[in-house]
Amino acid sequence: MKSVSITIDGKAVEVPADYTILQAAREAGISIPTLCHDERLEPFGACRVCVVKVEGARALLPACATPVSEGMRIWTDLEEVRRARRTVIELLLSDHPNDCMVCERSGSCELQDLAYEYGVREPRFQGERHTYEVLDDNPLIERDYNKCIVCGRCVRICREVQGVGVYDFINRGFDAIPGTPYGRSLPETPCEFCGQCVSTCPTGALVSIPYKGKGRAWQVTKVRTTCPYCGCGCQVDLHVRDGKVVGASSPVMVGPGQGNLCVKGRYGYEFIHHPDRLTRPMVRKGGELVEVSWDEALDEVAGRLKEIMEENGPDSVAFLCSARCTNEENYLLQKLARAVVGTNNVDHCARL
Amino acid sequence: MRIDSPAALERYCEEVKEKKAKYPYRVSVCGGTGCQAFNCLEVYEALVESIKENDLEEEVELKLTGCHGFCEMGPLMYFQPMGTFYAKVDPKDVNDIVVATILQEGEVEKYLYRDPVSGEKIHHREEIPFYKKQVRLLLGINHLIRPQVIDDYLALDGYKALAKVLFEMTPEEVIEAVERAGLRGRGGAGFPTARKWRICREAPSPDGIKYIICNADEGDPGAYMDRSLLEGNPHAVIEGMAIGAYAIGACEGYVYVRHEYPLALRNLLVALDQAREMNLLGKDIMGSGFDFDIKVAVGGGAFVCGEETALIASIEGKRGMPRPRPPYPAVKGLWGRPTNINNVETWENVPLIIRMGPEKFAEIGTENSKGTKIFSLVGKINNTGLVEVPMGITLREIIYDIGGGIPGNKAFKAVQTGGPSGGCIPAEHLDIQVDFESLQGIGSMMGSGGMIVMDENTCMVDIAKYFMKFLCEESCGKCVPCRVGTKRMLEILTKICDGEGTPEDLEALEVLAADIKAASLCALGGTAPNPVLTTLRYFRHEYEEHIYNKKCPAGVCPALITIKIDPEKCNGCGACAKVCPVNAISGEKKQPHVVDPELCIRCKVCMDRCRQEAIYAE
Repeated sequence: MKSVSITIDGKAVEVPADYTILQAAREAGISIPTLCHDERLEPFGACRVCVVKVEGARALLPACATPVSEGMRIWTDLEEVRRARRTVIELLLSDHPNDCMVCERSGSCELQDLAYEYGVREPRFQGERHTYEVLDDNPLIERDYNKCIVCGRCVRICREVQGVGVYDFINRGFDAIPGTPYGRSLPETPCEFCGQCVSTCPTGALVSIPYKGKGRAWQVTKVRTTCPYCGCGCQVDLHVRDGKVVGASSPVMVGPGQGNLCVKGRYGYEFIHHPDRLTRPMVRKGGELVEVSWDEALDEVAGRLKEIMEENGPDSVAFLCSARCTNEENYLLQKLARAVVGTNNVDHCARL
Repeated sequence: MRIDSPAALERYCEEVKEKKAKYPYRVSVCGGTGCQAFNCLEVYEALVESIKENDLEEEVELKLTGCHGFCEMGPLMYFQPMGTFYAKVDPKDVNDIVVATILQEGEVEKYLYRDPVSGEKIHHREEIPFYKKQVRLLLGINHLIRPQVIDDYLALDGYKALAKVLFEMTPEEVIEAVERAGLRGRGGAGFPTARKWRICREAPSPDGIKYIICNADEGDPGAYMDRSLLEGNPHAVIEGMAIGAYAIGACEGYVYVRHEYPLALRNLLVALDQAREMNLLGKDIMGSGFDFDIKVAVGGGAFVCGEETALIASIEGKRGMPRPRPPYPAVKGLWGRPTNINNVETWENVPLIIRMGPEKFAEIGTENSKGTKIFSLVGKINNTGLVEVPMGITLREIIYDIGGGIPGNKAFKAVQTGGPSGGCIPAEHLDIQVDFESLQGIGSMMGSGGMIVMDENTCMVDIAKYFMKFLCEESCGKCVPCRVGTKRMLEILTKICDGEGTPEDLEALEVLAADIKAASLCALGGTAPNPVLTTLRYFRHEYEEHIYNKKCPAGVCPALITIKIDPEKCNGCGACAKVCPVNAISGEKKQPHVVDPELCIRCKVCMDRCRQEAIYAE
């Protein structure tokens, strides 16, 4: 890609010609606020908090959606720019419940961060506010459109990334809002409950019911791991509070999943703290399962395998591995089968 | 009949002309949507009947055509070659008219147009002030064309411009011709058409496919120029688009027309079929090797779909929402291909430029705005209608000479140009020349051509509120400044009209207006504050009266007025009391009546009813 020379806030930078102003600014270490932007999605240019001044342009331009061009002179912090952004934030807050105190997203809310940065306590413009019923028509995703800022990220991630298209905008003007066809409940739509919409929502409009009320951004520690459900290797940040997993998310643009998770990766963690979960090895003794040490259990397995092999040969044993294991674990299992036991009886649950 | 060469077209046109030359007389009845509302179809039926009865079928060519422009006076009849023009024709008198005008070579005085100023009857259409000052390059042939009869268009050398372009000009020469003519987009922004075409022509397409689109999603309140053009002369649009497609290198075109225009849609579909049948559209047009066809997309009625990126989204089957530009549609438009969009009036100008020659076209108008512009002149004006004027004419000429001034001898207050995105222009600017730059210079814009005239009884705060309400409802809701900002502005305006405005409200309006203009995504939001900004600029005192003195100087805003009866003028007829829906008026017979302000809902029905003009709002 050919590069172009531009200046941002007087600083000369050279960036690839297919960059947006936002990409160029971030690379140059200049921060521009955004709300409708998500790196996983196509630029949308709706929220207008990323507007910047480009010399020669009639109006302010959205940094997220405007491509750079040779010689472009961009100003991100002029009074007129800050003023327009501030008005946009105030307009959003004029139709947003001021209940950060109890909001699930307090501390990780992009609108709250902007209000903080621009020092908006009470918006100058007051008027009609929407009152929508909170929709919890399923066990996983709660929709509270009172908090929706109509950035369209849920609409777009469902269509662009998931290819499902559960949501689109409904109504017009002030009443425009994301919605499902004919206002159906999520279970009545093709929704797969991946929670991608929740992951991209910048406010508390969409929240994960299983994780609700269990800890906010600053109360949890994020522990990076690899999702155990399949071999894709999506990176997961487990949200841990007081030694318990209270949520899961995926770091954006990291690892094979690029920040995207499926229903299992996002919501399949109840088993960790489930009372029925086996946490120690058990061996059946006299018809009863009895807790034993790992050494005893492994000795039991090794001993029985040996017995069977001596009696009937190595091919009397088969190894079945799992898509939930990593490539490395699956590799080791077949190595055990072939090199230690001496059989090629290795198979995988995905072929069954 | 398939036309397979320019010579064949020439021959066919001559044949049609010869056929028409046989008729000594022609009677044209306006069949535009406006006149249809006045029952013009009955007039036409009566005409057909009368011609038959009087055995004139061989003598008179009958035409039910598109809009003649003078909508105020419909139904209209136009007799040629005499030039006699009849207005507000009653179907039952049509036979008398035919007998008097054709058989007796006279006229029916009752239906002649009477000048509202001088009171004189005017015999010939071209002498009527409404028509006299117009330059009707596009609309002027409407009375000769039955929209569903392609021969009528061919008799006027239709499609010859296309033949000339396809066989005698290179695409670049066509673009140069449009450039020399100085044509600028008639949809509102006035972008130079040739420059737009050239960008699209030079833009690479992934598979070589390019599109052109005709924007017929006319949505400004009170504007109906494009509807009338498409209804009245659809072939000119088709011819213009074919020429544009050749110049740009497009193989397919779309006409995006709103479903509220059923007559335009019907006439267009018939015209497309006829053009295809005659090989004037489709594969290998007239044997030139050039392929081009047109599809029709019917819009669902969203105002914002007139914005080009929203229009493209709508054709693609998506919700009609604009997207940020760049990339511009000329580079990346319909289905990701380079796409050129012009509106109906722009396309109709294209064959005209080829036919009359770009230099001749460029003689009309001002330095930077060439040709004519059609305006729909509506509101408080004597001669409501469609007017086509040369660029550079003054607003005063349009409103007073062509429009006949304000009814009831009321004073002119303002004229709104450019639709809801435009601005209110006060009397002090009436002598401004109408062109793209000068209108922008005074805070308004040319727009697509709506022109709403307001008189002294119009409250400018109320007008600003009206336009803001329109835009607030028509906002697609995508970007925050437009979605929430227009709503907040509307709420403030409503508050002021309700008498609850505060001085801070004016400041808030100004802040919002500036930021909505600067930060909105598309032109709908970007221009939405214009009516407020221009009324604040030219009529600030009216806002201040509402806020500080709780008065509506024009006597419009119900919360701020009291309806009173002048006892000097009231003759006690009691008519007002009878029509009052809330029984707020009382009084003895033949004695002055009074209005109970507690009961009165200020609907003003009594004011309209009073013959003594004794009732007034204060």
